[in-house]
Amino acid sequence: MAHAPQSNFENPVVNWIDQRLPIFTMMNKEYGSFPTPRNFNYFWNFGALAMFVLVTMIVSGIFLAMHYTNNTLYAFDSVERIMRDVNWGWMIRYIHANGASMFFIVVYIHIFRGIYYGSYKAPRELLWIFGVIILLLMMGTAFMGYVLPWGQMSFWGATVITNLFSAIPVVGESIVTLLWGGFSVDNPTLNRFFALHYLLPFVLLAVVVLHVAALHITGSNNPLGVEPKGPQDTLPFHPYYTTKDIFGLTVFLIFFASFVFFAPNLLGHPDNYIPADPLVTPAHIVPEWYFLPFYAILRSITFAISLPFTDVVLIPAKLGGVLAMFGSIAILFVLPWLDSSPVRSARFRPIFKWWVLLCLVPAFFMLGYAGGKPAEQPYVLIGQLGTVMYFAFFLLLPIIGRIEKPLPLPASIANPVLGGNAATAK
Amino acid sequence: MRRLRTLIAAGAMTIAGLTSTALAAGDVPLPPAQTWAHGGVNSFLSFFKGYDYASVQRGFQVYKEVCSACHSMHLLSYRNLHDIGFTEAEVKAIAAAQEINDGPNDQGEMFTRPGLPSDRFKNPFPNKQAAAAANGGKAPPDLSLIVKARAHHEDYIHALLTGYTDAPAGFELSPGANYNKYFPGHAIAMAQPLYDSGVTYTDGTAATIDQQAKDVTNFLAWAAEPKLEERRRVGLMVMLFLVFFAGIMYAAKRRLWSEVH
Repeated sequence: MAHAPQSNFENPVVNWIDQRLPIFTMMNKEYGSFPTPRNFNYFWNFGALAMFVLVTMIVSGIFLAMHYTNNTLYAFDSVERIMRDVNWGWMIRYIHANGASMFFIVVYIHIFRGIYYGSYKAPRELLWIFGVIILLLMMGTAFMGYVLPWGQMSFWGATVITNLFSAIPVVGESIVTLLWGGFSVDNPTLNRFFALHYLLPFVLLAVVVLHVAALHITGSNNPLGVEPKGPQDTLPFHPYYTTKDIFGLTVFLIFFASFVFFAPNLLGHPDNYIPADPLVTPAHIVPEWYFLPFYAILRSITFAISLPFTDVVLIPAKLGGVLAMFGSIAILFVLPWLDSSPVRSARFRPIFKWWVLLCLVPAFFMLGYAGGKPAEQPYVLIGQLGTVMYFAFFLLLPIIGRIEKPLPLPASIANPVLGGNAATAK
Repeated sequence: MRRLRTLIAAGAMTIAGLTSTALAAGDVPLPPAQTWAHGGVNSFLSFFKGYDYASVQRGFQVYKEVCSACHSMHLLSYRNLHDIGFTEAEVKAIAAAQEINDGPNDQGEMFTRPGLPSDRFKNPFPNKQAAAAANGGKAPPDLSLIVKARAHHEDYIHALLTGYTDAPAGFELSPGANYNKYFPGHAIAMAQPLYDSGVTYTDGTAATIDQQAKDVTNFLAWAAEPKLEERRRVGLMVMLFLVFFAGIMYAAKRRLWSEVH
């Protein structure tokens, strides 16, 4: 017992455990007394909300997996069996299906928060990178999950998206064959997608643990973007932020439940209630709404890039689209180094603030809108404009950081919070 | 085959719009909005609404006497009819009226027997190929989920069933096709299924085309979303709790934070 830390818990059982494995000390340190900036606004609820949705997805998903059959002959009907004959099956499935949309809504707001308040800047670059990895894992998991009910959109969405990899020179076709487990989207594809759809959430959970661990090293950013300078700038996480998070969670659950119970198919596509048929192509293949911005970027590259004055095609349009789409995520990885401004919060950055609100945010919505429309004018143009705006947002950040004159930063968090308009803030 | 599929998919990816443009090109009108007792399977603001079961039952009669000649409903069992108000004796009688293929028995032979409530609705065709062969090469769609599987849901099904007219002058109708105002492309293989007094309702309701279309759509809506009422009922309780709990948490949060502001 030489190395056993001293624990001072009143409950002897807790004390006994804690001296041997200090989980109670750790929980208290990380979630009890953890010093948290006192000036969070409600944007800071979305990390906890994302965590809640992840757990909801894993739990509801495990119950669905108990009743789901991953075979092309039975998958569609097994989902309908869950809807009709499994006790509370309709609710579990609607929670899981809409939970995917909720996850993306929450995470997109969480990412927006991170960008607007500069949460990706030093010393939180690694924290941000873990977040981008989580986004990628979420996308892969959600895509494969949408294939499992084996409806028309499942099948054709899988066909279109897996085919993207064939654009990669030389190895593309082999990669597609590997993804499919054959020469078309078929039973082996469904089997491996189910296996991976079950596996990836746990990988995602592991990265979330790293994300949170890194957060607890650096501490949270805050709306002012200045580091806490002492105890007057922080509050213990419990009870202040546990209470605030539970309130926020309840409001979020009202939103979530209104979809699950009153509009469960609003975010889905009617065609996915038609069983998959490889011989009938749907008139209009669209991914789930949360992929539409990226789908629009993919479709925006309608032209091949050739060697000037020759017919030598360097990048065919399809490969260009794929590169642009993956590039739109990849660019997030280097965001901490693209942004050259030392000031974090957009509150003190007069150009950056409007650059986010008038370039990045409209680009995202324009892309989402164009991605859901057929590839014809004016939607292609809207998508292309959105693509240019999206990339311009990131690529011009080094210049903006240089020419912008930031507003004077507050001396500390406690000063503006307690001094100025604190009485009316909440 | 592989190349073909790649081509199809690549085409679908980059020009997904083209085919739909051809189909959706302007001249197919939106189905007129009807009033449904349950508000519609996808209707958001219908918290307290439920199915009109008298209509759903009449709709089952229309399905049984008209639609079931060609359309299967393989996700439904006869026992499910109990949920729309048929008594157990009635469900047994409805099931027993069907001859169901079963087997093999312990002699290894297939046999037929009267249907049981646990049987799925009998498929009008022994298999998909037979259904396609008997219907000009394409099997009629299964109707279990049809209301959820079409945009505009109930309104579209009702519009389609009542949308048969003579083809306008100059419209080329291939042999075996019928003109329908609301079907994408207008040429539909299904002949007009409903006629005035095509069925005789036992409850005295006048069996107009419109009435039959409404009734069978109500039945199909129930078949596609049988848990709709339970869903809304549970949802209201969940909402009630969440709103109440949010109020409590807001009060707790305010009180706690008032010390530090």
